[in-house]
Amino acid sequence: MTAPLTIALSKGRIFQETLPLLAAAGIVPTDDPETSRKLILDTTQPDVKLVIIRATDVPIYVQYGAADLGVAGKDVLMEHGGEGLYEPLDLKIARCRLMVAGRPDQQTRSNRPRIATKFVNTTRRYYADQGRQVEVIKLYGSMELAPLVGLADYIVDVVDTGKTLQANGLAPLEHIADISSRLIVNKAAMKMKHARVKAVMARMAVAIGP
Amino acid sequence: MIPEDRWLLPEGIEEILPPAARQMEGLRRELLDLYESWGYELVVPPLIEFLDSLLTGTGNDLELQTFKLTDQLSGRMMGVRADMTPQVARIDAHLLKRAGPTRLCYMGEVLRTRADGFGGSRSPYQAGVELYGHRGHESDLEVLTLMLETLRVAGIGEVHLDLGHVAIFRELVRRADLGQEREALLFEALQRKALPEIRQYLVAWSLPASCTAWFLALAELNGGVEVLDEAEVYLTEAGAAVREALSVLRNLTAALRRQRPELPIHVDLAELRGYHYHTGVVFAAYVTGQGQAVAQGGRYDEIGQVFGRARPATGFSADLATLLRIGATPDRTRRVIGAPAETDAALERWIAELRGRGERVIQALPGVAVGLLELGCDHVLMRRDGAWSVVPIAGSVPQKRLE
Repeated sequence: MTAPLTIALSKGRIFQETLPLLAAAGIVPTDDPETSRKLILDTTQPDVKLVIIRATDVPIYVQYGAADLGVAGKDVLMEHGGEGLYEPLDLKIARCRLMVAGRPDQQTRSNRPRIATKFVNTTRRYYADQGRQVEVIKLYGSMELAPLVGLADYIVDVVDTGKTLQANGLAPLEHIADISSRLIVNKAAMKMKHARVKAVMARMAVAIGP
Repeated sequence: MIPEDRWLLPEGIEEILPPAARQMEGLRRELLDLYESWGYELVVPPLIEFLDSLLTGTGNDLELQTFKLTDQLSGRMMGVRADMTPQVARIDAHLLKRAGPTRLCYMGEVLRTRADGFGGSRSPYQAGVELYGHRGHESDLEVLTLMLETLRVAGIGEVHLDLGHVAIFRELVRRADLGQEREALLFEALQRKALPEIRQYLVAWSLPASCTAWFLALAELNGGVEVLDEAEVYLTEAGAAVREALSVLRNLTAALRRQRPELPIHVDLAELRGYHYHTGVVFAAYVTGQGQAVAQGGRYDEIGQVFGRARPATGFSADLATLLRIGATPDRTRRVIGAPAETDAALERWIAELRGRGERVIQALPGVAVGLLELGCDHVLMRRDGAWSVVPIAGSVPQKRLE
């Protein structure tokens, strides 16, 4: 009997864009997470399961071995720290940029600007590297509102098309990192199931292309 | 603090209750016997000592993990041990000073400022062995075998072994003349096998083509034992130190395949756990269902230097609580005999004799009406026809009460 291979994914864009890559590795889910209420999805391979969880939880599931593989955005991985994980493959999907944004005419009012973000660790590290002292405010959503109502001077968030920023009178100001999704692997799974994990990786790598 | 919270223990600090405490002690004794049978002598290092000696030779890895306090007598900083390995190395280098190989084992609680790993204990019970004074792969094999034996005694089946050798990366870094900052960046990316970053760095640094190829190969040299053959091809020009490391791994895997043909071996040449103090082979045991290693070790030849004597050294350690949690503990329960609260010379003699034989006898206390079964008794000491005898409590017999 082969131990099942569990792959953690988040709903939405990452799931949709990962599907063709999984299909290239011969893995096709038999349920659709958008319509099904199941959290564990069966696939065409009886010993491969997909678990559907929140994007920020994916590294945690994989780190502790609750899932063997996962797909997580580089933004989420940078925030998590990547400890206890392998991230061997850039899937080149769900691309966007992590940016500092604010009002284009913004004059910094103090020498300790307030930054609203859900990427608290990444933001601290970015400003520390720049030698700038900032105050970080953790928010869970609707970042764009914070500079408008005076809660923060700037925001740090992922930017795709920039339309939401524009609609709220904000502009991208500083580029922190280019983001795309990575295939992540639990360290123990890489060592104990290396033949299967590497086979999946190799076939996905071919599908991604150079 | 609200009164309801008074019983709370600090995060990651555990206490062990019956019957787990007895099982843990049982496992501890069995392991001590195992190490004894291999000629390893027990040492008991202190729980607390001066920080200088506690952190020596271990790089920064232990610094963050160590609880620190000031010694009110000397004004110096002391630390509560977070790992017993440096302590045992100090004992070997500074106190025992033997010429030949020294084999030491140890068991005890360590304290860590941060919980690492799943389960999140900050007070693991560390058990391990160290072998000093021998440089070849034979001593690595001995320690590695003892690690596998430890897992067997703990009742853990289906162990996967992971092997690496930190000298390969170290030598490649030296040949590429990377410098500390780039070494740290590459080390960090290799730990995560983050191939996209590794490629990015190597391109940006414009190293000689051979060095770039070596580092790229290193990141992908993981898999079954055949990885060693591939490494031979990719790293053939990488110098004597790398060839030496590969031959050590080859010798180890050959011996392991001979002794334990069924043991799954995984080789990962970019496995750099404990890179700051390890100098040679590193190994770890993984078990299905556990996302992290359950026992680990390796070679660390330089650690004794700061105590006046550099000695080749190799060893492993494991957390006893983890072994107990995932292992199948053999049933160590003995029968429990209930005795009545009577004053009778013959009864007293009986009880003393039974206890002397290693039986477990619980004598009732007068005035307490507690059922024998509630005390865990499965036998009872009864007077029959004027003589005392041990009688099993049958399931169907109504619960006897002792006054």
